[in-house]
Amino acid sequence: MQITVTVNGVTYTHDVEPRLLLVHYLRDVLNLTGTHIGCDTSQCGACTVLMNGKAVKSCTIFAVQADGAEITTIEGLARDGQLHPVQEGFWEKHGLQCGYCTPGMIMTAVDFLQRNPNPTEEEIRHAIEGNLCRCTGYQNIVRAIQYAAEKMRSGS
Amino acid sequence: MYPSTFTYYRAGSVQEALKLLVENPDAKLLAGGHSLIPAMKLRLATPSALIDISRIPELAGIRDAGDRIVIGAMTRYDDIRRSDLVQRVLPILPEAIDVIGDLQVRNMGTIGGSLAHADPAADLPAVVLALGAELKAVGPNGERTIPADQFFVDLFTTALQANEILTEIAIPKPPARTGMSYQKFANPASGYAVVGVAAVVPLGEDGKVSAVRVGVTGAGPYAVRRENVEQALVGKEPTAEAIEAASQLASEGMNFNSDIFASEEYRAHLTRVFTKRALTRAVERARG
Repeated sequence: MQITVTVNGVTYTHDVEPRLLLVHYLRDVLNLTGTHIGCDTSQCGACTVLMNGKAVKSCTIFAVQADGAEITTIEGLARDGQLHPVQEGFWEKHGLQCGYCTPGMIMTAVDFLQRNPNPTEEEIRHAIEGNLCRCTGYQNIVRAIQYAAEKMRSGS
Repeated sequence: MYPSTFTYYRAGSVQEALKLLVENPDAKLLAGGHSLIPAMKLRLATPSALIDISRIPELAGIRDAGDRIVIGAMTRYDDIRRSDLVQRVLPILPEAIDVIGDLQVRNMGTIGGSLAHADPAADLPAVVLALGAELKAVGPNGERTIPADQFFVDLFTTALQANEILTEIAIPKPPARTGMSYQKFANPASGYAVVGVAAVVPLGEDGKVSAVRVGVTGAGPYAVRRENVEQALVGKEPTAEAIEAASQLASEGMNFNSDIFASEEYRAHLTRVFTKRALTRAVERARG
C-alpha cells in the first residue's frame, strides 16, 4: 500500500507492506535510527515518536496508520543547530547513562510539556510511566524535564 | 516482531466498514490498535484483514445530547480526558483514564476499542457499568442499543455480533448531588487493574442515597455490576458504617480470576476494599 508521511518536515511516499511497523519504517526505510526498539511489546517507550504532535509508541503502530501524518523523531527536534530545551535538559542534568531510552523519553517529555508547561514532580513522573529507564533511577530525568519546563516557560 | 501478513482497509464510513466486514469475515476492526497489534505481533491474533475504522469522522467526538452525553466509539482516551464537558459532568471518566496504560497509550487508545475488546482487566468497562451507559451497535440489519449491563458477557466477549460495529456510547447525565469515583489496585508491572471499582452515587435532598451503581473490573472474567451492594445502600444515610456493611457484600456470588499476582481470595478481598474506597470517595464528592 502506498503511504505518504511527513517526517521531520520532509515528505516521503513509499509502497509498504501493511504489516510494516512505523518504527521499522523510520529505521529501515528512512534510515532514521535515532528511534530505538527496546521491548517491542508496547511497554518500554524507547520507540516513542510524535505523530501529529502526540507521543506514540511506533512499535505498536503500522506505517499504514501513519499515512498522511506528520511524524517528529529525535532527529527532528533540534533547530538551526540548537538543541531542543528537553535535549538540553538531558545534557545539563545528566538525564542519561547508557542512552538507550533517551530518544523516547525526550519525545514523551516534549508532548507532555506542550500540554503541561508548569508540571509538578509528581506529574512528570506520571507522564513518563510509559518510558522505562534501567540506568538512572529516573531522578536526573525528572530534573532534566524540570530544567526544560523552566527554560521553555522563560521563552528562551 | 512481525505479525503475519494481512490486507489493510481503511473505511471512510460505517457503511463501508460493514460492507468490508461482510466481504472479509475473518477481518478484525482496527481502532487505536493497542490491544490488537501487540496480540498480532505475538501471533496470538492472525486476522487475514484489518479494517481501520479509526478515521471514520462520524465515530469520533463528544456531544451534549440534552439528557445524555454521547461519545463516539473512536474517540481517543486523551480527547475524552481533555474534554471540558466530560470533566464537568462525568469526572469519573478523566479519573479512570488517567490510570489507563501510559501517556502514549492514552494518545492512541479509544473508548470503543477498549469496550469492544472487553479485556477482563480493562478500566472503562467498570466505569460504563456504573454510569449506566447505553452502547449503540450498527450491523447489516440496522442499529440497536445495548445497555452496559448486558454488554459484557464473558472473557474478551461482548454482546456484539461478529458483523456489528460499536458506534457510540451514550451516558445519561447524572442528577444534582451525584458523586462518582473510580478506585483501582493496579498491577505494579503492567498497570492493568487487578481490581478496579467504579461507583456513581446520587444523593437525595435529604442526604440519603437515592440511587447508586457499582461496577467491578479485573476481579473476574468480565466486568460486572454489584446490585447487592447497591441495594444495601439505597435509601440509607451513607455513613461510614453503612458503606462498610454494603462493601462487605461486594465479593458475594462472584467468580474471581486467579493468577501469579493475585489469588481468588486476594481479589475477593481487594473487591471489598476498593468498593469501600470508591463509595466513600463518591459520597464525599456528592456532598461537595
